[in-house]
Amino acid sequence: MSVVSEPLLTIKNLTVEFDQGAHFVRALHGVDFVIERGQSIGIVGESGCGKSITWLAALGLLGSKARTGGSVRLDGQEILNCSDRALAHLRGSRIAMIFQDPASSLNPVHRIGRQIGEALRLHRGLTGAAAKAEATRLLDRVGMSNPAQRLNEYPHELSGGMNQRVMIAMALAGEPDLLIADEPTTALDATIQAQILELLNNLRRENDMGLVLISHDLGVVADMAERVAVMYCGRVVEESQVDRLFDAPRHPYTRGLMAALPDIDGPKRRLKAIPGMVPPPRNLPTGCTFAPRCDHATEACASRVPGLRPAGAPRHRAACFHLEDLPGGSRQPASPAQQPVQETV
Amino acid sequence: MFAYILNRVARAVLTLIIIVSLAFVILRMSGDPAIMILGPEAPPQAVEAFRKAWGLDQPIWVQYAKYFGAVIQGDLGNSMRDGRAALEVVWERVPLTLAITVPALLLNILIGLPAGVLAALFRNTAYDRLIMMVSVIGFTVPSFVMGLTLSLLLAVWLRLLPSGGSGTVAHAVLPVVTMGIIGAAVIARFTRSAMLEVLGQPYIRTASAKGVPWSQVITRHALANAAIPTMTIIGFMVGSLVAGAVVVESVFSWPGVGRLLVTAVANRDLAVVQVILLLIGFTMVAANLAVDLLYGWVDPRMRTKTATAGA
Ligand SMILES: Nc1ncnc2c1ncn2[C@@H]1O[C@H](COP(=O)(O)OP(=O)(O)OP(=O)(O)O)[C@@H](O)[C@H]1O
Ligand SMILES: [Mg+2]
Repeated sequence: MSVVSEPLLTIKNLTVEFDQGAHFVRALHGVDFVIERGQSIGIVGESGCGKSITWLAALGLLGSKARTGGSVRLDGQEILNCSDRALAHLRGSRIAMIFQDPASSLNPVHRIGRQIGEALRLHRGLTGAAAKAEATRLLDRVGMSNPAQRLNEYPHELSGGMNQRVMIAMALAGEPDLLIADEPTTALDATIQAQILELLNNLRRENDMGLVLISHDLGVVADMAERVAVMYCGRVVEESQVDRLFDAPRHPYTRGLMAALPDIDGPKRRLKAIPGMVPPPRNLPTGCTFAPRCDHATEACASRVPGLRPAGAPRHRAACFHLEDLPGGSRQPASPAQQPVQETV
Repeated sequence: MFAYILNRVARAVLTLIIIVSLAFVILRMSGDPAIMILGPEAPPQAVEAFRKAWGLDQPIWVQYAKYFGAVIQGDLGNSMRDGRAALEVVWERVPLTLAITVPALLLNILIGLPAGVLAALFRNTAYDRLIMMVSVIGFTVPSFVMGLTLSLLLAVWLRLLPSGGSGTVAHAVLPVVTMGIIGAAVIARFTRSAMLEVLGQPYIRTASAKGVPWSQVITRHALANAAIPTMTIIGFMVGSLVAGAVVVESVFSWPGVGRLLVTAVANRDLAVVQVILLLIGFTMVAANLAVDLLYGWVDPRMRTKTATAGA
């Protein structure tokens, strides 16, 4: 804690490889992140881009089948590949994490009170009546009615939104400096989604807590994060301050994601999904992994992997060979003739 | 919770009625007991007299009604061989069977549970493979082959134990070990897969992510959840405490219920076979009921599900 000049969390060249029996398959190809105290950063990308494994790897939660490399520093201290015991002390108390499916993320045979109490006991030494009082306060803080009564209930007795509130209360129990929210609202319906996001935002301001918000929905990230990183196939392909990214996305992939975003102001229109699918890690194209789905790809794209480079604004970087020849400026829908149009509800 | 218990007890009673009826149907369908007992060359008068004596001359549904009424009153008829109450004939063999099946069950659990849990925790290591290999042998080799092999090894070659009979503790060792190995293999497999299933669940990751040390993730979070499916298989084995020893008792000439069943079937001793079938049925239903009630106690989801469904 003494090193104030250090960022809260510094991730450098983080790689993840999974043991597939005969050989290792690389799913994360060296990503960098810097998170300052109290900062919020959004991570977006389609399913399978490596959003989750980045943060699971940082906390050593990927299990023995995964091999991780690079560096993850918390307050300047290396934590990657530390012993499980050392990491257990950090998890929940320095860095907490909540997940996509709140109903199955809570232990079905333990009461809510016990699950929150466990975090209080581990990180703050609270037991008995003190733990109960604090658990009640936390449930109240995350907006649950009848908090004292909820302590005695089981996860299956609560709705998905309620369970996510419990998850958040449990994460707050250790008073973490950083909360990683991995698609916290994907499984919830729209009203609840908005409530949970607002709750996260308030809690972050109140506790000066850093927030990593993972989502495949650019819209969610736009309201919540100061910085945004777009991931594709285990790499960060574009990163920027949030306003700049929305005003002037540079990477064709980011533009594709934006074209698929419903327009809140305008009339309902047909959404354009990016054609093709995210290739699995074991079957990546050579060169730029997005090239096969990209309208602007040239032969050069297939030969080398583009690195992140300045994209026309401070702290805005993108990994594309064609940054200069792409039409600049604001949201630019790709021409309908080239992209199959897909009806989305 | 009350609705849940009521529901389970009602189901147990229904199952018992079906078992009692099936015991009747199966035995009547398998041939004419008079001919079976007296032999095909018996004089017709003798057959007639035998039928009358045992009520076999009445219409089948009358026989069924009488039989059912008698069963409810605990009257299960007499052995057609020696005329003693069939229940008594069977009952005196029960302790002998339990003398080998209960120790075998303890062995099953004491070996099977830890072996399965450890195999799951050390998945894909040499240890896991060893346990699973032993378990496949226990799983696939029929019990009479296992019994004869052990007997050949320990009794015939090494002369450490008697190969059959009863009377001393040494006589019980081979039957117990045979059933012990087989049951342990079954439990180990079930426990391993239950444990692996649980370890892959999101709530296990949540526990780790909130800072619970791995050893406590296992003891506090994983085991309680893995216990739920494992209870089913152990309950099934408790239910087989009487029936499970038929083959092994025959192989080792152990005079328990299982061997009695084999002789009674061979002799067409209807009443005795019936009593044994009912006893087997009752034990299974009782064990099942116990498991259901345990489920309700261990798994909170069970309680509310049935309670709301029943309400
Ligand atoms: N335990 C694992 N073993 C092998 N491959 C894995 C494992 N976990 C993840 N992967 C692979 O790593 C890649 C990245 O996965 P990750 O879960 O980070 O995706 P994501 O961006 O979070 O997607 P989603 O939006 O679906 O959550 C995927 O292709 C996935 O198949
Ligand atoms: Mg994910």
